[in-house]
Amino acid sequence: MLSLESITKTTQDWLLAKFDPTIALAIECVIVILLCITLFAVLGLVLVLLERKVAARIQIRLGPNRVGPGGIFQTAADTLKLIMKEGLTPDTADKFLFNLAPFVVMMVAMLLLAPIAFAKNFQIWDINIGVLYISSVSSLSVIGILMAGWASNNKYSLLGAMRSGAQIVSYELSAGFAVLTIVVLTGSLQISEIVAAQENGWWLFKGHIPVVIAFVLYIIAVTAETNRAPFDLAEAESELTAGFHTEYSGMKFALFFLAEYINIFIVCAIGATLFLGGWMPFHIGSWEAFNHIMDYIPSSIWFMGKTFFLIFLIMWFRWTFPRLRVDQLLNLEWKYLLPISLFNLLLVTVVAIMGWHF
Amino acid sequence: MYNETEIIKDTTELGPDGELVINMGPQHPATHGVLHLVVTLNGETIKKIEPHLGYIHRSIEKMCERLTYRQFIYVTSRMDYLSSHINNTACALLVEKGMQIEVPERAKVVRTILNELTRIASHELWIGAMAMDLGAFTPFFYAFREREMITDIMEDTCGARLTMNYIVPGGLMYDIHPAFQTNVKAFIKQFKEKVTEYEDLVTGNVIFQSRTKGVGVLTAEDAISYGCTGPVARASGVSCDMRKIAPYDAYDRVEFDEVIETDGDSFTRYLVRVKEMNQSIRIIEQLIDNIPEGEFVGKTKNVLKLAKGEFYQRVETARGELGVYIVSEGGTTPYRIKFRSPGFSNLSVLNHISKGSMIGDLMATMGTLDLVIPDIDR
Repeated sequence: MLSLESITKTTQDWLLAKFDPTIALAIECVIVILLCITLFAVLGLVLVLLERKVAARIQIRLGPNRVGPGGIFQTAADTLKLIMKEGLTPDTADKFLFNLAPFVVMMVAMLLLAPIAFAKNFQIWDINIGVLYISSVSSLSVIGILMAGWASNNKYSLLGAMRSGAQIVSYELSAGFAVLTIVVLTGSLQISEIVAAQENGWWLFKGHIPVVIAFVLYIIAVTAETNRAPFDLAEAESELTAGFHTEYSGMKFALFFLAEYINIFIVCAIGATLFLGGWMPFHIGSWEAFNHIMDYIPSSIWFMGKTFFLIFLIMWFRWTFPRLRVDQLLNLEWKYLLPISLFNLLLVTVVAIMGWHF
Repeated sequence: MYNETEIIKDTTELGPDGELVINMGPQHPATHGVLHLVVTLNGETIKKIEPHLGYIHRSIEKMCERLTYRQFIYVTSRMDYLSSHINNTACALLVEKGMQIEVPERAKVVRTILNELTRIASHELWIGAMAMDLGAFTPFFYAFREREMITDIMEDTCGARLTMNYIVPGGLMYDIHPAFQTNVKAFIKQFKEKVTEYEDLVTGNVIFQSRTKGVGVLTAEDAISYGCTGPVARASGVSCDMRKIAPYDAYDRVEFDEVIETDGDSFTRYLVRVKEMNQSIRIIEQLIDNIPEGEFVGKTKNVLKLAKGEFYQRVETARGELGVYIVSEGGTTPYRIKFRSPGFSNLSVLNHISKGSMIGDLMATMGTLDLVIPDIDR
């Protein structure tokens, strides 16, 4: 059967047969980088279009429908426009940091792609501290945002960056604790092992109530971490015009925009991996026939399906809720989410030690 | 005059106590027009708000002095463009009062229906815009779905969707569209069905309530001393509905309640407007089947001349009390004209009620004051 696993294996065998191992590795690196960049571009285009279509659906309108059939080339046209626009740098801005910031944000998003298992045995880097790597790298994105806000030399940008800093640092904790519940249950930080542990059922179903709580906490926390509505205070357009990226235009703005969507994809992919079994198909106990049919669906489709389901959830939030105020946002984290996640971690530890989970 | 370096220096300068001074507007997404607020901040907390006006000043009052009593009504559509019918009504009523023109019953009833439709349309737009200020985009589209029906009715009736100019001294410019009654009834039916949709989306939303409850509290005393009118004052418990206090057109023969709440915060102002829409529907329902047959415009002279003296007429627009004051020398044009616009007084209270709150609260407060900038500047 043609699967992503067999493609990678064939490619590697062919490369090893033709070249010596070092050169083969170098070629593999180049291929991976090219694939990553392509994935980024495609994800950016697809997710922006998806968001506009979801928004339109929720807002009783049609959304983009002029460029290409059903408007599918709309985002491509938009990207073209953004590339052709002048990348303006304000006179008073700190030019080096101003131009560096979008790339920092983008780079963090790219780094996060490494440990994600897209399909069975299809992973760039199966590092043994995968979860730790993800939580530490994802908190770096705040540096890029602060850099952008400070370097723009604009008061709105500065306020937006300040808010963003407070927000990401706070919600990092809840997200971290939610992820830890799964680490406690699995006993491993490695992504491939976490997925393997869910072979006979996803953690969301076999982890009892604590995992459900952790899942909800995770979704709330990552919505805040990616600066999405209702937590989009960093770019609250009615208050701070565009927040930290007020002064950015053209492709530099597009990089921020793209990074936001890539971040959404990544946090949803991690959520799908930890709670919904990653690329594992959906199995129900002893229903052999049903399980067998489910196995026929390629693992990459399972992974993408789950990820896009979570992405849809986050988009749904955005188009339904008003924005929180900055003090309410921090209250929610420090007074409610953090105590709950601490207690939940305790609960899940008890569950794991007693072996009460399935 | 500034030279280049001074402008640059200005943007990085802090206030005397190290506060951050932000120029919100004249181009800013939340000011809904060219309002310029100089906001002094301490962190995120507002210390002072100073509104700067005049960016859309078109000297409407001076223009009116050069126009005849038939012509000047059209200019008033451009003041509070969301209540243009009501503005026109105010001017027409004043001229009618000054010249003792008899207005046919049909015109009176149609005017009342149109005024109430205008009020609903204005409140619909306000709900959408305010929800957008608070970061929720979706209610805007739901509110506009119903508003669109009203603007369609307006278009059928007088050819315009925003600046109507349909009401003339003595009655109406043309008779109503044959399908007017059926369209209005269809609108009432849809409104009653769908109003719950965006009320569910907004009123019951926990985030919306936490953003607006207890925010921008205006006491009844302050509302009176700052001259606030309309839903802003009624949310603070001040009875100020001109339709009740000084009924005009057909308001004396319809039953409706003046919506009065006492909390005075942003959420109450929101509630008052939602309830007012329902009251407007009630008024329209009573009148729509009872439009009397007959003339749509009374007999007037070709050239209108107001007697020498002073005239004043006040009406209730969607935003509050609109007063028109004319000093006449007996000629064909007013000697002096002055509009008392509701938006100006309602804006004046902004600094008072948002001192000490956060920037996010300013959006809720400003949104629920329902400012229309051309109405403030004129």
